[in-house]
Amino acid sequence: MKYLTETIVLAVGAFLALLGVAFAKDRLFEAHMWVLFFVLLAGTLVMVRRVSFAPAAAAPSAADDGYFDEVIKYGVIATVFWGVVGFLVGVFIAAQLAFPDLNIEPWLNFGRVRPLHTSAVIFAFGGNGLIATSFYVVQRTSRARLFGGNLGWFVFWGYNLFIVMAATGYLLGITQSREYAEPEWYVDIWLTIVWVAYLVAFLGTIMTRKEPHIYVANWFYLGFIVTIAMLHIVNNLAVPASFLGAKSYSAFSGVQDALTQWWYGHNAVGFFLTAGFLGMMYYFVPKQVNRPVYSYRLSIIHFWALIFMYIWAGPHHLHYTALPDWAQTLGMVFSIMLWMPSWGGMINGLMTLQGAWDKIRTDPIVRMMVMAIAFYGMATFEGPMMSIKSVNSLSHYTDWTIGHVHSGALGWNGLITFGAIYFLVPKLWKRERLYSIRMVNWHFWLATLGIVIYAAVMWVAGIQQGLMWREYDEQGFLVYSFAETVAAMFPYYVLRAVGGGLYLTGALIMAYNVTMTIRGYQRDEAPIPGAAPALQPAE
Amino acid sequence: METYTAMRHFADSWGLAAMTLFFLAVVLFTLRPGGRKAAERAAEIPLKED
Amino acid sequence: MSILDKHAILERNATLLLVGSLLVVSIGGIVEIAPLFYLENTIEKVEGVRPYSPLELAGRDIYVREGCYLCHSQMIRPFRDEVERYGHYSLAAESMYDHPFQWGSKRTGPDLARVGDRYSNEWHVQHLTEPRSVVPESVMPSYAFLKETPLEVKTVSMHLSANRAVGVPYTDEMLENAEADLKAQADPNADTSGIEARYPKAKLGDFDGDPTKLTEMDALVAYLQMLGTLVDFSTYDDASGYR
Repeated sequence: MKYLTETIVLAVGAFLALLGVAFAKDRLFEAHMWVLFFVLLAGTLVMVRRVSFAPAAAAPSAADDGYFDEVIKYGVIATVFWGVVGFLVGVFIAAQLAFPDLNIEPWLNFGRVRPLHTSAVIFAFGGNGLIATSFYVVQRTSRARLFGGNLGWFVFWGYNLFIVMAATGYLLGITQSREYAEPEWYVDIWLTIVWVAYLVAFLGTIMTRKEPHIYVANWFYLGFIVTIAMLHIVNNLAVPASFLGAKSYSAFSGVQDALTQWWYGHNAVGFFLTAGFLGMMYYFVPKQVNRPVYSYRLSIIHFWALIFMYIWAGPHHLHYTALPDWAQTLGMVFSIMLWMPSWGGMINGLMTLQGAWDKIRTDPIVRMMVMAIAFYGMATFEGPMMSIKSVNSLSHYTDWTIGHVHSGALGWNGLITFGAIYFLVPKLWKRERLYSIRMVNWHFWLATLGIVIYAAVMWVAGIQQGLMWREYDEQGFLVYSFAETVAAMFPYYVLRAVGGGLYLTGALIMAYNVTMTIRGYQRDEAPIPGAAPALQPAE
Repeated sequence: METYTAMRHFADSWGLAAMTLFFLAVVLFTLRPGGRKAAERAAEIPLKED
Repeated sequence: MSILDKHAILERNATLLLVGSLLVVSIGGIVEIAPLFYLENTIEKVEGVRPYSPLELAGRDIYVREGCYLCHSQMIRPFRDEVERYGHYSLAAESMYDHPFQWGSKRTGPDLARVGDRYSNEWHVQHLTEPRSVVPESVMPSYAFLKETPLEVKTVSMHLSANRAVGVPYTDEMLENAEADLKAQADPNADTSGIEARYPKAKLGDFDGDPTKLTEMDALVAYLQMLGTLVDFSTYDDASGYR
């Protein structure tokens, strides 16, 4: 009796959501429970159509090669979908900053849409990408099927339910105001459950592996999963005003709260956006260039050095605030030291191409991955620099920070994920190749140009902003009112939206390319110049 | 204040030394002469048939 | 089996790898964060700092809900230009009752740590309703709907007790009077002796320009008008706040 239990659980969930609506203590919780109700109701209806009362099949069908790839296919599609959504919302809020009339109160005001953008790109696009690729990598490198049977489905659907609840919550105005941890207490609890299931599925697969060694990509994925669990739980400790209300109050206050939040915030960068995506790099780069990682031993040192140092760097978000000086200095020292393992990892990734450098010219997917690693190197140089207190006194509170984040997020996280998607789609759907290689090339150039415009513009904007704020005339008066510094940002904000628009266009091309590949088409196109036809193994 | 001072002293003396030692030990273990072969075998894992 | 071979155990044992990573990542957090809970300096009480009045707290919740912190910091750094532009640098004690903190990370708009008393209530209402009518260069969204949205009154004591649960010293008397205090603070005709005793320096009277209605605009303006006004810096000894 396939799916009967699952269907009942969903239906009960929908009913509970309806009870939540009926007994809600505040308007926001009521609205949010309506959302949950309709999502779960739709899920139940879909499941009801799938319930089969035939006895369960004895074993996976013979065509199955033993790996649980169906959930990864869903994950890849979700990654592409949320990527496009997240970039679109990003371009929208970028335009709002240049043209404030684009704010549509109350639901589409900047303050509510901005968390939607950050969560959509980090957690929806990045998170789905990490879950999908980690499931792929851990099965291949362990030579074992994903642990826990349907647990993989729970992780995928549970995680995407979290995203839908978080996203709709922001637009309604449900937020903890903790950057990158905005969802309220009940959504946090749900994510904790899903995350534990993710850990069980991932760790279980490693435990049941047939390969004696645990491949280093899995170390990075595991470090990411465990640390995010710890960060998520500690940073979201809060007391709800009511168990039938949306609002909660953080367990910490003031200085302690600020440090806890930025300890989380910086390590969300370090472990979600760095360690997890390094796991991607250590598997997909060797696969795409078809040679082992440059130095496996360096990758192990990279792992320990990275997780050891990253966790200390958080206070650099609080330079010159009311946080005690010693904590600021500690954060600065570790941030600067982080430069070393980061560049060690970058060199390791780049040098993997040793002996195959021509692939940068002939394979746009390799080019994409190499550019991703280059941006990783750039962002991990800029980061330590900005954590130096005297530099930070200028850069903090300005758009320089925004530019830095985006050169990392768009350049490193975005491009490495696109590379992994282009690698995965033909493999998962058993296609000979992508629909179009030339479109990958277009995507590469649009994305790269978009990032360069974005980062350069925000760099100039941020430094100008910082300098204008502290500009004095000969009489010792401040030269600029704050409003004048806002007006000065206008051209930069327009250009930034243009850069984001280029990046979005690239992602749309990818969405089309992926769709056509999945549907089984191959574009009739001239091969990339210089690309040798793939050698066939002599069988 | 007592607890705080004690923790500070521990953190920037023995605590720091212990962590540095742990890290150095990891590096040395990783770079030990016999490790090369094992590392090379591990590096080949993704490239085997899948 | 030599010691060197044992290294392979770590590389091959998933549980050990898990525990090892967790240990390494916990250390940084523990050493950095834990001392803050013991360090008296970070939570040193400064004269004048008090818990938020019910109306201010409701306004603060709206401030959080609308994501104001995404463009406005509430943390003045000890630099000459910031002190001249915004006022005395922020003290740790000034956010000791802030669950969560609202220091922010970006100044698309100016710092608000000491915006209280700088503008009139009318200015705030006009600015929130139509920002560019008072600051032509502004890129702030309009919040006109706050004036039309009645403030949720019934839940306020719940919110005060949740704050008490996380350590804000609200007294039983404050909890009992929460709803009455909330209404009285924005009512020009109410008896405000109780609220003034419980929440010294609280701003009183109608905030949104419509005394007949208690709206979210009342709450938000009441919160903005008290920001940074609790500590009297004419008598504050800078040396005691050295950090």
